[in-house]
Amino acid sequence: MRYVGQPIDRLDGVAKTTGAARFSAEYPYPNLAYAALVHATIARGRITRIDTGTARKTPGVLAVITHGNAPEMKPAPKPNQFDMSTLAAATSVNYLNTDEVYWNGQPVAVVVAETLDVAREAAYLIEVEYAEYPAAVDFAAEEGNARPQKSTMLSEADGRKGDAEAALADAPFALDLRYTTAQVNHNAIEPHSTTAYWDGDHLILHEGSQNVAWVRDHLAIRFDLPKQNVRVISPFVGGAFGGKSFVWPGTVLTALAAKVTGRPVRMMLTREGVFRTVGGRTPSIQRVAIGAQLDGSMTALIHTSVCQVGRTGGWSEQVTSVSRHLYDAANIQVQQNLVGMDLLANTIMRAPGESIGSFALEATVDELAYELGLDPIELRARNEPARNPLDGKAFSHRLLMECFEEGAKEFGWAGRPQEPGSMRDGRWLIGMGVAAAYHPAWRFPANLTVRLSDDGTVLIRCGLHEMGMGSATAVSQIAADALCVPMAAVTVAYGDTALPDTTTAGASSQTASVTASLLAACAKLDRAVFTLARKTPGSPLRGLRRADVTARDGGLYNGSRGESYHDILRRAGRASVEARVGADTRLGEIADQVRSMSKFLLDRRRWVKAACGAQFCEVLVDSDTGETRISRWLGVFDVGRVVNAKTAASQLRGGIVMGIGLALTEETLVDPRNGRIVNASLSEYHVPVHADIPVIDVRYLDDPDPTMPLGVVGIGEVGVTGVAGAVANAVFHATGKRIRDLPITLDKLL
Amino acid sequence: MADIRMRVNGSIEKLDVEPRVSLLDALREHLGLTGTKKGCDQGACGACTVLADGERIVSCLALAVQYADRDITTIEGVTSPLQRSFVRHDGFQCGYCTSGQICSAVGMLTEHAAGAPSAVTGDLATMEIELTAEEIRERMSGNLCRCGAYNGIVAAIEEGIR
Repeated sequence: MRYVGQPIDRLDGVAKTTGAARFSAEYPYPNLAYAALVHATIARGRITRIDTGTARKTPGVLAVITHGNAPEMKPAPKPNQFDMSTLAAATSVNYLNTDEVYWNGQPVAVVVAETLDVAREAAYLIEVEYAEYPAAVDFAAEEGNARPQKSTMLSEADGRKGDAEAALADAPFALDLRYTTAQVNHNAIEPHSTTAYWDGDHLILHEGSQNVAWVRDHLAIRFDLPKQNVRVISPFVGGAFGGKSFVWPGTVLTALAAKVTGRPVRMMLTREGVFRTVGGRTPSIQRVAIGAQLDGSMTALIHTSVCQVGRTGGWSEQVTSVSRHLYDAANIQVQQNLVGMDLLANTIMRAPGESIGSFALEATVDELAYELGLDPIELRARNEPARNPLDGKAFSHRLLMECFEEGAKEFGWAGRPQEPGSMRDGRWLIGMGVAAAYHPAWRFPANLTVRLSDDGTVLIRCGLHEMGMGSATAVSQIAADALCVPMAAVTVAYGDTALPDTTTAGASSQTASVTASLLAACAKLDRAVFTLARKTPGSPLRGLRRADVTARDGGLYNGSRGESYHDILRRAGRASVEARVGADTRLGEIADQVRSMSKFLLDRRRWVKAACGAQFCEVLVDSDTGETRISRWLGVFDVGRVVNAKTAASQLRGGIVMGIGLALTEETLVDPRNGRIVNASLSEYHVPVHADIPVIDVRYLDDPDPTMPLGVVGIGEVGVTGVAGAVANAVFHATGKRIRDLPITLDKLL
Repeated sequence: MADIRMRVNGSIEKLDVEPRVSLLDALREHLGLTGTKKGCDQGACGACTVLADGERIVSCLALAVQYADRDITTIEGVTSPLQRSFVRHDGFQCGYCTSGQICSAVGMLTEHAAGAPSAVTGDLATMEIELTAEEIRERMSGNLCRCGAYNGIVAAIEEGIR
């Protein structure tokens, strides 16, 4: 392979470094109007009065839309596992079609005006009165009301092998610990933004999205339109991390505002508006208990969790997923629980479940190692399973211990004194910590077309999403190798529902999903072109068998006999040849989806597939203030084949940076009296900055997974897993203190 | 409304804006220069960084009328080897903070050249401050990157000053 694996610069690099890349709030339209939201200030209740008089009289205001005058919209469909697009509804609320308030921050009015400033000013002038109902908004206080989470086709909420409680009680050595993690928010730097306009009964949206097809399908339902009347355009997405997977109120209400005013309308949420109308990662309370023999072999592993969901929706996180896969305990019990809250629906955020679940598990394993006097890596080696611990399924590929071995060597792990609090540099206490990273590999159906034109260029049309992963670059590399053409000859059209529906950019699945279809389409194309060449009079390839012919240098050749794609198509009088996967007809699409989904489910019965890795960190803790700084980081990963060495390393690093925020600084604070987020800004919600992040050394083993297309396993999420565990473990090594509540802020160390 | 003129990326622009309009909104919504990004509108993220007479400012906390007759450079007007370095070192992923990072880096290098110290500078009296990775990180900390491309950004700036 000429391109796959190489550190190739992003194809959109120039656009992004010159300001030319247009995001969804940046499309110019004549007669554009601007919208702003008014948010509810109570957690639960009913609107008894809205005074919009002053707002409506403000010069420049075009419309004030409330539940009193909003056009009717259809309700969101009920989630249905067999139609994934029904998952697109972030909440079940029919915005502005009800006087009920379900969370503090729910939009209760939209102002549309000639300018942004007028819209914002008028939004402040709207007065709302409420009848308040009792509301459950304090997560810590609701723990006792949690109920077992239901399993779905995609995610199991519980699991059991043997009798873990009994084994724990009988174990010569046991730990039974409680952890908490805070709510955190994605905070992509691009606030959620929509530009919408109606052309008759057609709705066109510019929207930063991780799933344009879901946005289209959802809006078609809400506005009672045929799907083909809605187009969603999303070539650039300014960060997402799960927060742009589902359809949040701002998107629906911008389309509604455009309908009411008959104008193109733009709405970019304020940063506060993002916090109030786009869910974050649930907080969690977790129990991890491990029973072990004195040699460290685990006899019992129990991992349970309590997370929240909003009463109008919310993603059920697979917090205990890591404990199904990581350690070969003789008895295992995992159980996820949920408690319904009168809060904004929580949602998926980078490695939902594994990011916070791995914190609790990996901190407990570290604690066990110290208690037993074993090196934490040695303890892991003694419990490394040959098959999936919970159910005995085979691992498709697992080089976890190889990651630990390489990491330990590179990081100088063996040289450290194991005694906590034994390393110091002036007032800085120094500690080193390690943790496992783990994230399941997913694959979903993806439709696309590949077209070879008579000028030798290749056009791939697929509705994939580019939030910064370098997807289009990776797809170009794979296609160029598959067809043996220069990368410069390949163009990828993406981020648009006018293209074949591809797949969601979530669950670290996009590249693997697209790769499977892309390779199939390239093979089809190759056959079609060869057949054409073989049949065309005068062709040097006439009469040859495919086995006698090699694709190389942008053409098909048998030794020196053969010709370029350009010549093959010209000779045959064809402007282009196209191959499709799933996109031929609606029926074909469904057939391919069913085929792909049943393969996926069959695969899941047979294999456990995942990306994994070893996170090593060194922290400095100020002995006077408790301030924790990350001074060194090394992550070694087993992520199957790496398509682009440069962008893959960036994604893994990005995950680690987000994990450092989760570990040390990030916390969305909810007022326990009224459910209002009190730090809804980037000044008071602290994402890591330049000064917080040292050089992050990232390595990967680059060993293809034999069961995945091209050996590709997702890399978008595994980087964030294990990070908080490694930090907490390093903090213990530095200070002798076990902090079991994230984030590890200064106060907890004093 | 206020009638003002401003030199933006070398050409004189006439603007008729309300006094409350931020420089950021004037650039994006009135002049169509959308390369400058809005991330928080509160001066907390740095995505809207532009150069005013060569100095880096967050344009969301500036009123357009305050910058009448000033010389504004946005990413569309930047021609710096840093841009190539950002691509080479993968100093971005989604690209939304990138305009601000690049404008901020250009302004930061000018500040450094003028001898401005930072919070991590040891000797505040010296005019020869070595622009170490630590200095770069400190001086760039007003520009958030949620994709976590910080290593690439610092490497790009280090290449830029070599």
